Amino acid sequence: MYDFTYTKPSSIPAAVQALGADIEAKALAGGQTFIPVLKQRLNKPSAIVDLADLGLRGIAADDKTITIGAMTTHHQIETSEDIKRMLPGLAKMASWIGDTQVRHRGTMGGSLANNDPSACYPAAVLALNATIHTDHRSIAADDFFQGMFTTALEPGELITAIEFPIAEKTSYEKFRNPASRYAMVGVFVAKTAAGVRVAVTGAGQGGVFRHTAMEQALSANFSADAITGITTPSDGLNGDIHASPEYRAHLIGVMARRAVAAA
Amino acid sequence: MPQVSLTVNGRSHTAEVEGRTLLVELLREGMGLTGTHVGCDTSQCGACVVHIDGESVKSCSILAIQANGCAVTTIEGIAEADGTLHPMQAMFREHHALQCGFCTPGMVMSAIDLVQMHPEGLTEDEIRHGLEGNLCRCTGYHNIVKAIAAAWPIMHGKELPLAAE
Ligand SMILES: Cc1cc2nc3c(=O)[nH]c(=O)nc-3n(C[C@H](O)[C@H](O)[C@H](O)COP(=O)(O)OP(=O)(O)OC[C@H]3O[C@@H](n4cnc5c(N)ncnc54)[C@H](O)[C@@H]3O)c2cc1C
Ligand code: FES
Ligand code: FES
Repeated sequence: MYDFTYTKPSSIPAAVQALGADIEAKALAGGQTFIPVLKQRLNKPSAIVDLADLGLRGIAADDKTITIGAMTTHHQIETSEDIKRMLPGLAKMASWIGDTQVRHRGTMGGSLANNDPSACYPAAVLALNATIHTDHRSIAADDFFQGMFTTALEPGELITAIEFPIAEKTSYEKFRNPASRYAMVGVFVAKTAAGVRVAVTGAGQGGVFRHTAMEQALSANFSADAITGITTPSDGLNGDIHASPEYRAHLIGVMARRAVAAA
Repeated sequence: MPQVSLTVNGRSHTAEVEGRTLLVELLREGMGLTGTHVGCDTSQCGACVVHIDGESVKSCSILAIQANGCAVTTIEGIAEADGTLHPMQAMFREHHALQCGFCTPGMVMSAIDLVQMHPEGLTEDEIRHGLEGNLCRCTGYHNIVKAIAAAWPIMHGKELPLAAE
């Protein structure tokens, strides 16, 4: 690992300033993606700005929304009584990220800023049309994800919180890569008064995407049977040593039906 | 160079570190606590698991300086002062839950956290799911699962409600 200077500011403006003052400075959240990247020398920041003291850890719920601070860990999300009751699909998703030790450190803000094409949270955020709050604006999920490892965040912009509207039903099913435990295909289904949204992660070359054909069918009839006949074209899906685009296309159907059945 | 002050196995410790120094490097090279192992260095194997403020974490994926002000417990810190093994260590021995022993410190630290997080009981499935961050190349896991199920009643002072095989 290359060396760097380390700071741990205690206010959001101070953190934004530290990141703005030096284009080679990088934010550090749980470090569960970033520290392995640094160890492989894939990134050479001059300075690391630790976000741990910004007061961004915590979950607040009212009867319409759940707001999750960017530094809230996967473990806090999986064990939150409010999230288990109001967005059970999200709690289940968090409980299947990596392993206990990764979940004790890794954060929702870090996962979303990274936007790994096989990360889990992007599917929940897009299916629930959550709002990403940053240090100076709010971004709708529909505008936030812009292709693999790419988001609407500007350089040095910090995610502060993620606001989820409550849904009638939520469910997530993931076909895990047995070695890395990331999603080979993950499907999140959210049923709200406005209709059903289905988001697919792990499969698309451009990262997370909505499955509109399934959304229409499920909005008319929320049952696994309603989507049994719907196939997904394999164009634009990832192919690698783990699964071909055709296999991923097939898995999308299976995971979506399981998610609806479990919702 | 930045300074880090932390408590390790109940003793306070201050050291100069580089920004990039990993917690596992401070423990092993800075403090001679070589019970914490480095198996993969890619966050996969769990040989490096320690507790920070009671939570199990991979010490190869944390900067030493991030642990500033924290209480760290390593495998060297869990037995009693007179050498009496922690119940988890005793059950690993009793149930032959190790062969080469390389994964064992991390397994034991993860297992203690797992049992502490589940006062309501633990099924065999939950134990196996709870060990996903720890790889063992020797035992086939079966005896590790047995040892953890056997340590649960000792650690909680009551019978395990849902007996694991
Ligand atoms: C063994 C293993 C298994 C895993 N399995 C899964 C899995 O199954 N599913 C899954 O989804 N993920 C998985 N992960 C990834 C894990 O969820 C990470 O915790 C997560 O992707 C990154 O979060 P972090 O808090 O660790 O961020 P960091 O690693 O600290 O940061 C990641 C990036 O985001 C930036 N960043 C962090 N916070 C902010 C912020 N608030 N605002 C702006 N930028 C920010 C950082 O600068 C950095 O570029 C796994 C990781 C490991 C090591
Ligand atoms: S050495 Fe830390 S997880 Fe393998
Ligand atoms: S006992 Fe050898 S790796 Fe587990």
